[in-house]
Amino acid sequence: MSLLHYWRAMSGIVGRELWRFVTQRERFISALVRPLVWLFVFAAGFRTALGLAINPPYETYILYEVYITPGLCGMIQLFNGMQSSLSMVYDREMGSMRLLMVSPLPRWFLLISKLLAGTGVSVLQVFVFLLIALAYDIQMPWQGYVLVLPALLLTGLMLGALGLLLSSFIKQLENFAGVMNFVIFPMFFMSTALYPLWKLKESSVLLHHLAQYNPFSQAVELIRFALYGQFNLVAFVYTLLAFLIFMALAIVGYNPSKGMMTRKGSV
Amino acid sequence: MSLHSALSVENLSFSYGAHKALSQLSFSIQPSQCTLLLGPNGAGKSTLFALITRLYDTRAGQIHLCGYDIKRQTRQALAQLGIVFQQTTLDMDLSVLQNLHYHAALYGMSRKYANSRIQEELERLNMFDRRFETARQLNGGHRRRVEIARALLHKPTLLLLDEPTVGLDVPSRLAIVEYVHQLVSQEKLAVLWASHLMDEVYPEDYLLILHKGHIKASGRVSDVQQSTGTTTVKDAFYQLTQGEQA
Repeated sequence: MSLLHYWRAMSGIVGRELWRFVTQRERFISALVRPLVWLFVFAAGFRTALGLAINPPYETYILYEVYITPGLCGMIQLFNGMQSSLSMVYDREMGSMRLLMVSPLPRWFLLISKLLAGTGVSVLQVFVFLLIALAYDIQMPWQGYVLVLPALLLTGLMLGALGLLLSSFIKQLENFAGVMNFVIFPMFFMSTALYPLWKLKESSVLLHHLAQYNPFSQAVELIRFALYGQFNLVAFVYTLLAFLIFMALAIVGYNPSKGMMTRKGSV
Repeated sequence: MSLHSALSVENLSFSYGAHKALSQLSFSIQPSQCTLLLGPNGAGKSTLFALITRLYDTRAGQIHLCGYDIKRQTRQALAQLGIVFQQTTLDMDLSVLQNLHYHAALYGMSRKYANSRIQEELERLNMFDRRFETARQLNGGHRRRVEIARALLHKPTLLLLDEPTVGLDVPSRLAIVEYVHQLVSQEKLAVLWASHLMDEVYPEDYLLILHKGHIKASGRVSDVQQSTGTTTVKDAFYQLTQGEQA
């Protein structure tokens, strides 16, 4: 098995995913509508209700729309990760997942290729969202648009790996609603995407702790700091560790000798 | 185990919890041999396929593909295998060509080589002119042809067919049966074909009759008929499985 084989296979998997994304306009539009509604409607409504103190990386008072923009970038990636997970479960039910799993490549490599493909799509979505936000006068320093790319790659990988992990546990498509209720919404609302940590502490110390240790919060902070040209080491290490743990568990989950697949008999 | 067998299964057992799905299966398939795997629902056919394709882990017994142990030399073993699953596994939104190129990429084929192989296989199945159509635009029979072409792209030694003719009309079904038998005789391909349709069996084929996880009979069609004292595959099957539906 040559490196060329790996390269061709990865190009095939990533290319297929990108092609599907480009050709499925509904998916593209719906992926953008969600954060835009939050930005244009929710943030506009809450602008007056929420007062925000100056907190790093911000150096001045900011509008609420500006505050939640990095959180919405994270939201795009969180939903994209879950969308990938959903499509894995769907593919498994429909049988097309088998095609991938019986190809002569290691499963970890196939999963990482799927993950990279999903991350690539989510990064594209985030940049389109940032462009629309820019037209709405939510402007980051120019270097932020460059430095956010590696941050988005890592956060996309972490959230995609979480999606992969979940997909290895979900037997049927119908169970996916549970994931929405028990994973996506708690992760999103118990995070720094919509409100800063100190604001949460005012309401509940427990909620503050949950948000602080929520990997999604760390992903959002990594994106937030990167967008302002700054590097948040704690958020980086936390997100990286979360990615490695989720990925390792997902690989185990998809391993026929160790994972859930054999027990469920559902591949 | 013979290193020259396309597929060799030895003492293979598999359980779902307390339920034993396969019990001590041993058989082999040689090149140029078409083996029909017959068995009632729940006989263990799907489990056997999942084990051969390494979708499930082999816990008891051994499976070798062209001498490669599926558990220890998984990638080399899987490279010998072409598979057509019972459910269609084509991406409906991609064209025939894109579907085949995706498969070629997974098997590490160069673009140039993939193009020539795709043309070769599609032409043999009279599907080359339809290569730009999406899988969704094709009828069931044509989708199956594309899936067979795809399974053969990387020139496997063993072709696994999991009830590929289910839901097809009679002409499409007969065309596929004939084509696969041609591959066996002309390309020296080994085929393991799970089916529940007795008219898909040719006299020169081999049979593997599975019932409740046990092999009830294996060998040439004529040998199985002789050993059961029957004159048709159907009668032999019914006798061995006590009248259960395939």
